[in-house]
Amino acid sequence: MDNLQNLLDGFGHVLTPMNLLIALLGVTIGTAVGVLPGIGPAMTVALLLPVTYGLEPTQALILFAGIFYGGMYGGSTTSILLNTPGESASVVTAIEGNKMAKAGRAAQALATSAIGSFIAGTIGTLLLVLVMPQVVSFAVSLGAPEYFAIMLVAFVGASAVLGSSRIRGFAALLIGLAIGVIGIDRVTGQQRMTYGVAQLADGIDVVVVAVGIFAVGEALWVAAHLRRKAAEVIPVGRPWMGREDWKRSWKPWLRGTAYGFPFGALPAGGAEIPTFLSYMTERKLAKRPEEFGHGAIEGVAGPEAANNASAAGTLVPMLALGLPTNATAAIMLAALQGYGLEPGPLLMEKQPVLVWTLIASLFIGNTMLLVLNLPLAPAWAKLLQIPRPYLYAGILFFASMGAYAVNAQPFDLFLLLALGLLGFGLRRFGLPVLPLIIGVILGPLAELQGRRSLQLSGGELGGLVGGPVAWVCYAIIAVVLLWPLGRLAQRAWSARSGGPDDGPDAGGGAGGGVGGAGADRSASPTSTEVTP
Amino acid sequence: MSDRTPDTHDTVGDTVVDSATDRVPEKASGDRAQYGLCAGLALLGTLLLLDATRIGHATSSNDPVGPRPVPVILGVLLLLTAVLYAVDVARGGVGAAEEGEDVDLTAPSDWKTLALLALFFLLNAVLIEPLGWVISGTVLFAGSAYALGNRHHVRGLVFGLALALATFYAFAIGLGVNLPAGILQGIL
Repeated sequence: MDNLQNLLDGFGHVLTPMNLLIALLGVTIGTAVGVLPGIGPAMTVALLLPVTYGLEPTQALILFAGIFYGGMYGGSTTSILLNTPGESASVVTAIEGNKMAKAGRAAQALATSAIGSFIAGTIGTLLLVLVMPQVVSFAVSLGAPEYFAIMLVAFVGASAVLGSSRIRGFAALLIGLAIGVIGIDRVTGQQRMTYGVAQLADGIDVVVVAVGIFAVGEALWVAAHLRRKAAEVIPVGRPWMGREDWKRSWKPWLRGTAYGFPFGALPAGGAEIPTFLSYMTERKLAKRPEEFGHGAIEGVAGPEAANNASAAGTLVPMLALGLPTNATAAIMLAALQGYGLEPGPLLMEKQPVLVWTLIASLFIGNTMLLVLNLPLAPAWAKLLQIPRPYLYAGILFFASMGAYAVNAQPFDLFLLLALGLLGFGLRRFGLPVLPLIIGVILGPLAELQGRRSLQLSGGELGGLVGGPVAWVCYAIIAVVLLWPLGRLAQRAWSARSGGPDDGPDAGGGAGGGVGGAGADRSASPTSTEVTP
Repeated sequence: MSDRTPDTHDTVGDTVVDSATDRVPEKASGDRAQYGLCAGLALLGTLLLLDATRIGHATSSNDPVGPRPVPVILGVLLLLTAVLYAVDVARGGVGAAEEGEDVDLTAPSDWKTLALLALFFLLNAVLIEPLGWVISGTVLFAGSAYALGNRHHVRGLVFGLALALATFYAFAIGLGVNLPAGILQGIL
């Protein structure tokens, strides 16, 4: 019951006019950037980082959490009305959502997505309240070797489990880790990878990296491929649902939540897998499966709930362990570091007010989002009409301003362009952005923990293996890394014995043998089974 | 040139999911530019290793590892990744280019727009201190909008100036951070 008391205290802190205003600002900005093409919550939080250094840490985090939740709501509006999902998490929503919109049921699609998001977000945040303190009390007992191992799991998970190609994931991760090496070594004070450039001695500021990769990289990428004719927006009235829609939606909402939260809370979870799983489940359980592919409301309700529940789940590792599992959480962690707060299990002990006020603000923000999104959906949809030249010029403008404001040196602007071109390259070659940003932010911390563990063991490599938690972590890493080998062996075995095992998975890997497993998992279930 | 997505989605049911997951890239058969990326990875790895040889070997009882092993490990892994990546490309591996609301992957890359944007971006970096943010920011916004196809030049400049002024004063008054005033020092 301690948690409940803490949460009530949190509500007490958040219910000040200033904090409520900031929460409202956050969810409004979040919805707007979620709706706007080309801008996502991660980019927005990165752009706002330098601005919020003037705020209290608690208020900055309330703002960021509002943007994070708001982005999820806004993103679904875009994918339903435009059918070109901007984020991987809303890909599934677009499948049925856009079909509904085309059939004149845009209002119902938006309603089931907003209400489902609200329910999933609220349940997810409640689960966060229940689960997180348990994780914290477990995590405080962990030492440096365990942390090192958990961070390695996060690295491997982000690069090998998410995304379609492992080799591309690892390439992105290594680039990020290499960027993290730049600057003065924290322990010995020696310069690394600076090659004599004085401005690099302090390392590249995380703000500059995040703004460069997310904002400048995205703007350049879109600029090079800008649609000459803007995609058509389906006009919509005020969202509403009839009795039948409610009856068909409520179970998918709950099932989606059940999928989303645990996946979000895993170090390599994310929103893609649970949204796909939810879609497949709803299709299987639907009373009228023939409607799938032509606008089935269950196909919107379930994935949307899964999406938002996974957002809440993401906050468990972020607050309890200091581990980011998606881009927005990674940048929020960078913000915490910017305030001199150390993310990790001690955060809740040292900053209980901050943590519980943040969680209370999630409940309030989620409610505000329902109010903002249900009646105002047509107004948000108008944002899709914004002239693209101004939109992307504005992104470059704010990116330059934010990056300059961090250190007030023009050097950062050159660096920003270089990182923007790197971000362009990532998008061009299909390298995932998440491993890179996690590498930049967690890399230096992982090195510190690794060196600390070896310090404890006096340089013996055995010091890295630590206790059972580390063993489990290394076992997970081994399984993930050896997975493709196992599959190869299995395939070779069945080829030799003439078994017809070259099923639907065999041709699925975009990345050939090395990159096969990840692609198979995400691509094959849908491409083989969705055919009506 | 037109947006292909809605049309294809109307016709066949299962193409919807295909386009959402498989994401057919611009060039389906062998994307040789990927070798350039492999070379870049190898270069980065080499830079890390070269730099690591330079770092003095400073270990102590406090830090038996020292600053060298991590760059060395990363450098080796980068070289290894570059090789495996190249093998993957040689075997026909293609990365799916990122899609987005405003992204039309059927059209070839528009290098002219990209070059113009980079130019205006660099112009801002050079001009921000001598001329001040209000001027350089206005040029950045109007120039970028122009590069992206905006042909209302006056409107672009007015929007840019309004944004630059607003952010200049918001930073100065709201956050106590001064963006450079440049030659307008004393006027603003």
